[in-house]
Amino acid sequence: MATAELPSGANAPGAPPAIVRPRHDSTAAWPLIDRLGYWLCWVTGIGLCVIAAAIVLFMLVEGISALRLNLFVESPAASLHQSQSGGFLDPLIGTFIVTTIGILIAAPAGVAIAAWLSEYGRPSWLARAVESSIEMIAGVPSIVLAIFGLIIFSRSIFGFLSQQASDGSVTGESFLVAGIVMSLLALPLVVGATREALAQLPGRLREASYALGKTRATTIRSVLLPAIRPGIASGVVLGIGRIVGDTAIIVILLGATLKNEPVGNVPLLGTLRGTGSTLTSYVYNNSPAGEGNAPQKAYAAAFVLLMIVLALNALVTRLSRGLSLGTTDWTAKL
Amino acid sequence: MGVLGLIGLMVVTVGINAWPSFSANGLSWFGNSGNVVLQFRAMHAGMALPGHSLLYFSAWPLIWGTILVTVVAVALALVFSTLAAIFLTEFAPGPVRRVLEPVVRLLAGVPSVVYGLIGILAVARVVEENFISNARKQSVAYVVQLNGKDLMTAALILTVMIMPIMVALTSSALASVPASWREGSAALGVNRWRTIWRVSLRTARPAIAAATVLATARALGEAIMLAMVSGGRPFAANPLDGLTFLFEPVQPLAATIVQEFGGQTSGPVASTIYAIAMVLLVSAAFLSFAAWAVKQPLKRYGIGV
Repeated sequence: MATAELPSGANAPGAPPAIVRPRHDSTAAWPLIDRLGYWLCWVTGIGLCVIAAAIVLFMLVEGISALRLNLFVESPAASLHQSQSGGFLDPLIGTFIVTTIGILIAAPAGVAIAAWLSEYGRPSWLARAVESSIEMIAGVPSIVLAIFGLIIFSRSIFGFLSQQASDGSVTGESFLVAGIVMSLLALPLVVGATREALAQLPGRLREASYALGKTRATTIRSVLLPAIRPGIASGVVLGIGRIVGDTAIIVILLGATLKNEPVGNVPLLGTLRGTGSTLTSYVYNNSPAGEGNAPQKAYAAAFVLLMIVLALNALVTRLSRGLSLGTTDWTAKL
Repeated sequence: MGVLGLIGLMVVTVGINAWPSFSANGLSWFGNSGNVVLQFRAMHAGMALPGHSLLYFSAWPLIWGTILVTVVAVALALVFSTLAAIFLTEFAPGPVRRVLEPVVRLLAGVPSVVYGLIGILAVARVVEENFISNARKQSVAYVVQLNGKDLMTAALILTVMIMPIMVALTSSALASVPASWREGSAALGVNRWRTIWRVSLRTARPAIAAATVLATARALGEAIMLAMVSGGRPFAANPLDGLTFLFEPVQPLAATIVQEFGGQTSGPVASTIYAIAMVLLVSAAFLSFAAWAVKQPLKRYGIGV
């Protein structure tokens, strides 16, 4: 109501034109179209919150009603009836194995690449090329990474990573292969978080170390990296979240079989070389789109998956709060 | 550094393995000739369709499905994420902002298979029961069955999936617009909304463009969710069908890989799948480059995003 705020008598004949100076820029004084935009912004913002709440509540209701304790300790079984198709012990273990392998590769490699890029960065053409390659890997769809992994790891020289048939053909499907390709998903996140943390360190830390006669390598190893531990940790947790949530690589490179099937008799290595499934592929296979079509099981597993992801999310928030050197940009945590 | 070689290796290996499919079909690989379902069935069975080689394949229905889903989702996400970013940086009171930031992060973190599960078990059912009348079903019953797993469901869920990255990039660009520019506008008596519209958004335009490109790359590569809710039939939804068009199933390229891949795939099916992966890889690389290119004008303002 723009007119309501005008002082009375503003348009009285003979009076000087009144100058309206609003004490603050109240939206009530805006033209209609501007107010419309303002309200649209509110609706969208609240709408996002509503969608997120709906997703969490829906999964909470469906998940808890489908969740039984024995699902955690039973292996999946082939059955048309949901009451006899077992639990998701194998997928839980599978998720754990794939995540461990992926992050064990991505974390050291990512930190090393980030340290090199930020602290050395010479020759600069190579640094630029590595930087854009990392960005490009972050942009490649995981399904394409999976196909790439399949082509590479089904060559016979990589037979030791998965199963090799008697005629020499290699399946290219195993925990090891899936974990290695998964590390590519986590790598850009670890590199990004580490570089951001390194850039926020005050220059005097480096200078003090150099003044004490330390070499650049020692400075990085014993001064800089310990100082940015929370930053690295949040990158690693983000990477874990990405690995836990990915389905495409599992479907193509882990076989997404019902149970984890070891190869040969060597206990640990056999499992690693064998096929299996994770929570994501379990959800996919038990949804109406997959072979199992057991929605109760899918809801229960998806609920567990969502809880893991939410916990990781909360962990990242905690970690980046601990890092607050100046302003931490929350948007870099996506 | 190995990372550098990796990208090259990726393009070369996928390219070599995809070559049989491309060379057998030539440019008609991208064309619209014949039925994709029959072509895949022939490849799986190892019996060529009469008059064609075993590698005979024309991907247009899949490409068309990809374009439709991506364009609808990105267009919706562009509008809503810009509004949400303005809300987040300019209007949201403290407590609302403290809720909204974790919400955006949560939406970005939900695995695509969970989105797919909600889509197939909840959203698709709601769409089928409330938006698709029997008359509408019958109007296209001779070509395709409408069941709620369709273009609209897929595009809506995809919108929610790609919005977080766009909201994040846009709002950080809006936040880094120099305060003096906006104060200058405010000093001229321009209200806040017009200042945002004319100064902040215009300055952040390259960042919004870059965010849109990145979101497009995400949308192109989304496989699992789309394999679950887009209908899973390589049907070229026809805009001439009017509103019904929105409820027709589609099958994007990435989802096709998931659906046609089965254990020990080899021979023609594998080549075709590799060829689809190659198309996605080249598009992703192109989009990466485009995102870098459209961001360049921001450097002129001294705003690094």
